[in-house]
Amino acid sequence: MTMTDDTTGVLGQRLLRREDPALLTGEARYTSDLPIPGALHLAVLRSPYARARIVSVDTSAAASMPGVTAVFSGADLADTWAGPMPCAWPVTEDMKSPTHYPLAVGQANYVGDGVACVLANSATAARDALDAIEVEYEPLEAVIDLEDALSDRVVIHDEIGTNRSYTWDLKIEESEGQVDQAFADAAYSVKERYIQQRLIPAAMEPRAVAAIPQPFGGDMTLYSATQVPHILKVMTALTLGIPEHQLRVVAPAVGGGFGSKLNVYAEELLCVALAKRTGSPVRWTETRSEGNQATIHGRGQIQDIELAADSDGRLTAVRVRLIGDMGAYLQLVTPGVPLLGAFLYAGVYELPKAYDFSCTSVFTNMTPTDAYRGAGRPEATYAIERAMDALAAEIGIDPLELRRRNFIPTASYPYEAMTGLVYDSGDHDRAATLAAEMIDYAGVRARQETQNVPGATKRLGIGVSTYFEMCGLAPSRVLASLNYGAGGWEAATVRVLPTNKIQVVTGTAPHGQGHETAWSMIVAEKMGVSPDDVDVLHSDTAIAPLGLDTYGSRSLSVGGVAIAIACDKVIDKAKQIAAHQLEANPDDLEFSGGEFRVAGSPDRAMPLAAVAFEAFTAHNLPDGLEPNLEAHTTYDPPNFSWPFGTHMCLVEVDTETGQVDVLKYVAVDDCGNQVNPLIVDGQVHGGVVQGLAQALYEEAVYDADGNLQTSTLAEYLVPAASDVPAIDTGHTITPSPTNQLGVKGIGEAGTIASTPAVINAIVDALSGLGVRDVKMPASPNTVWRAINEAQGGQQ
Amino acid sequence: MIPAAFDYVRAGSAAEAIQLIGQYGDEAKFLAGGHSLVPAMKLRLAQPTVLVDIGRVSDLSYIRDGGDHIAIGALTRHMDVEKSPVLAEHVPLLAHAAGHVGDPQVRHRGTIGGSLAHADPASDLPATTLALGATYVAEGPNGTREIAAADFYQGYFTSALAPDEMLTEIRVPKMGGAGWSFQKFNRRAQDWAIVGVAAWQRGSECGVGLVNMASTPVLASSVAAAIAGGASAAEAAEAAASEADPQADLNASVEYRVHLAKVLTRRALEAAGG
Ligand SMILES: Cc1cc2nc3c(=O)[nH]c(=O)nc-3n(C[C@H](O)[C@H](O)[C@H](O)COP(=O)(O)OP(=O)(O)OC[C@H]3O[C@@H](n4cnc5c(N)ncnc54)[C@H](O)[C@@H]3O)c2cc1C
Repeated sequence: MTMTDDTTGVLGQRLLRREDPALLTGEARYTSDLPIPGALHLAVLRSPYARARIVSVDTSAAASMPGVTAVFSGADLADTWAGPMPCAWPVTEDMKSPTHYPLAVGQANYVGDGVACVLANSATAARDALDAIEVEYEPLEAVIDLEDALSDRVVIHDEIGTNRSYTWDLKIEESEGQVDQAFADAAYSVKERYIQQRLIPAAMEPRAVAAIPQPFGGDMTLYSATQVPHILKVMTALTLGIPEHQLRVVAPAVGGGFGSKLNVYAEELLCVALAKRTGSPVRWTETRSEGNQATIHGRGQIQDIELAADSDGRLTAVRVRLIGDMGAYLQLVTPGVPLLGAFLYAGVYELPKAYDFSCTSVFTNMTPTDAYRGAGRPEATYAIERAMDALAAEIGIDPLELRRRNFIPTASYPYEAMTGLVYDSGDHDRAATLAAEMIDYAGVRARQETQNVPGATKRLGIGVSTYFEMCGLAPSRVLASLNYGAGGWEAATVRVLPTNKIQVVTGTAPHGQGHETAWSMIVAEKMGVSPDDVDVLHSDTAIAPLGLDTYGSRSLSVGGVAIAIACDKVIDKAKQIAAHQLEANPDDLEFSGGEFRVAGSPDRAMPLAAVAFEAFTAHNLPDGLEPNLEAHTTYDPPNFSWPFGTHMCLVEVDTETGQVDVLKYVAVDDCGNQVNPLIVDGQVHGGVVQGLAQALYEEAVYDADGNLQTSTLAEYLVPAASDVPAIDTGHTITPSPTNQLGVKGIGEAGTIASTPAVINAIVDALSGLGVRDVKMPASPNTVWRAINEAQGGQQ
Repeated sequence: MIPAAFDYVRAGSAAEAIQLIGQYGDEAKFLAGGHSLVPAMKLRLAQPTVLVDIGRVSDLSYIRDGGDHIAIGALTRHMDVEKSPVLAEHVPLLAHAAGHVGDPQVRHRGTIGGSLAHADPASDLPATTLALGATYVAEGPNGTREIAAADFYQGYFTSALAPDEMLTEIRVPKMGGAGWSFQKFNRRAQDWAIVGVAAWQRGSECGVGLVNMASTPVLASSVAAAIAGGASAAEAAEAAASEADPQADLNASVEYRVHLAKVLTRRALEAAGG
């Protein structure tokens, strides 16, 4: 490790998470658990139509129901908003974005779009009153199919005159026409279309909001089950015209997000606006069906990918055309999601500067999409990894061998990719070799020879997926070049208290990741104290005023590194105090095991505890030095972090029923140095299950009229523990050279790698029957149909 | 997920329950384990104004040897059916099928009577008791009557019970050592079956019930006839869908359901082992 040499050996230990006892015993307080005397309950009436003109809203009957305080239509609140709902990522100058308010005015644009709302003295009274609101709708034709949307046959939003939001290109070629030439010269090429179905994030804790106004002075506290308290504060201030310094945002215990809580939602703005208006606290908790309809969806892309290769199978060009499904409106970072994938369509492979990417994003009459675990990168990895298998089949070589021929060589790191981004470090062959050993790749290939014989009804398949997770969002200047509306830095404060206990204030906003455990380990390692002596403060803008929150696998490689830097600053200051006390030159002091020692005179030493107390009493500090031991840092990373790895999946497919049985799953992930391998394994397990869920189970299904068919968890199939295989995790460690901890992110790796590994395994199992592709989710019915179609039989 | 307002009364006996249901009339409903009724109420698909809770009528929770049959009280929980040594010995198919209902939480709350009375063709126990030739006992204001399982199911969530009638007992003939198999095909372990097959066989005699293949549970009598006529399992299974009328849903097309019924029936008969 490139830590200071004061290693006490905390880093790298499988410490149990300090967060878990409270979470597991129910002691943790989520937003809905907060006791708020006198709170009014908000309920939102949602459009039952995917697209309808709102002719009239009659709230009078509802307003007179018992317990009801007020009822509002969208029109009633139209003058409440200082601006429309925010989108922070205008990816192109000419991007089109329909005006979007917390409650629709004039026209509802998806099933679940808020149309009116009730405030009442109980959640039950508010819910009952919804049934008494009379809305006259004039149903309009809905647009569900992406290509149909692109045709502008029916234009959803009159105000922008088209369903096309933007077209964004990333064309990189050394000389004009090089991509076309590469395809013309290719010894082999493939052209594939993949569909990224819409997914529903389904975090364990539904969204919940409570806004509490101060009776005097106009201050407002907003509690929300959010991943982004800091971003939410800025955006709420802007949207509602509340002075930012009068707004405090708190994210109490938050039960998962996966991107779905990386947003600014209508209900957050409604609670604040109505709390301001009524002077009473206003709270709201989402029901599961509301969550399925009105919390963002993930994925939703049509991908056309073409690969060109030379006679050895080495890639010579990649061309990608995407259609992105934005849903009815742009939410916080909706339009940027496809861009995050744009840099990864060559995967971990060497590609000359012959790359052509274009994405056109369209509006539809469905729930808005936005970032969902991996955001653009799982989609990209799926496309390249499926296409690599198609190319291997075309050439007639083993898919693992094709990948090995194309891996970026370890010796070329740091590697400048065709896009101009620099990949920090990697060793793809080592990860692939380890995964192949763990799953007995050669042995499986031999078993296939005997098992997958003509007439066999249980066929064995193995799928390979290699990946990069471009994460640690992000260097602020790179974000600027992508038109993103904020930076990518993270803030940290480290404060040594008089009794040598340490407070860390972080701008990250954990919602299940275990930051309190991990951050305390970093500080313990740096400062030579026990992790138990470190408290981590976060997710309250009154305590942690600066931060950019948790998403994009950024918290450790940006926020954790910020903490390490703040520790260094504290140690520097403490050293001056210790040197003064020991009558030594600061440069002659060494710090290890929580103690300053004069080099060469082991008996002249001063523990950090004594320094902390000196800093507190300030009785005898060096001239000019301020009292107390505290340091603040804002760290802007010089690069993304580039975790990588190889996943392999072994399946058995029952060709009679189409049932896929995952027999074994191997994940080899390299996220550089590991602060806590237990947490790393947890992130990999959860990520793999989420990716496997996309491959096998989950899809937000709409009918032709835009009704969500999967509005409860009975229809939207989130797999349970009994439905997923044991996951064998393996790791290689290639430290990142760009930060002092040598760390990279791991939050999204599992989701990025696993989906193509599973589908590649299914197609591998069925390739002998002529199957070339299987749609996601590969339900038994879908697999059975794919076999029948390949066999030229019935559907 | 907030149900419409309703009143709640608790019955201490079957007689009291029937009296209460009569008293409150059409909009009242029995509440047993609540695992079908309460989810429907939360989505406001069901809006009864009164719930008559029969969950604590403990003298209707039993499993007794009735000589040629086993008698099961309507309020017996799925878990008790699954774990019953009496059923394991005499009607193992039913005990096994009960072990495939939902997940352990569902099985600890849900009752066999609630499952049958709810008449969901996708549920496991209606088709299983149908295949076994069970008889249900209902009690109403005018006394007690017996209804053959084959006459009980009339359509989606519709049974032969009158609104003021309560299911009190299920009588299942002893299987007498017949081979059996329960084939439940679903995507997640806790789900209802996409298609399910409950089958027993003793020589050329067999019973096959199909789950989720029509608006009611289906007795596949053509399969039984084929087996009686000497057909092999594979041959007989070709007739599996003859009495069925399946619908498409998110998990399966009609063609796929028919195909699955055949595959699963063949597998069930092979396992029941003729
Ligand atoms: C998550 C989940 C998963 C499930 N999975 C399965 C599954 O895989 N397979 C399966 O078969 N079932 C499944 N079920 C349903 C479960 O088996 C229910 O317990 C059962 O269907 C209903 O039994 P209950 O006692 O809960 O009835 P309740 O919900 O209390 O009542 C259901 C209906 O029957 C009526 N009723 C109840 N008892 C009587 C009676 N004695 N006489 C007259 N009417 C009566 C009620 O008035 C109501 O209309 C699942 C349920 C859940 C919640």
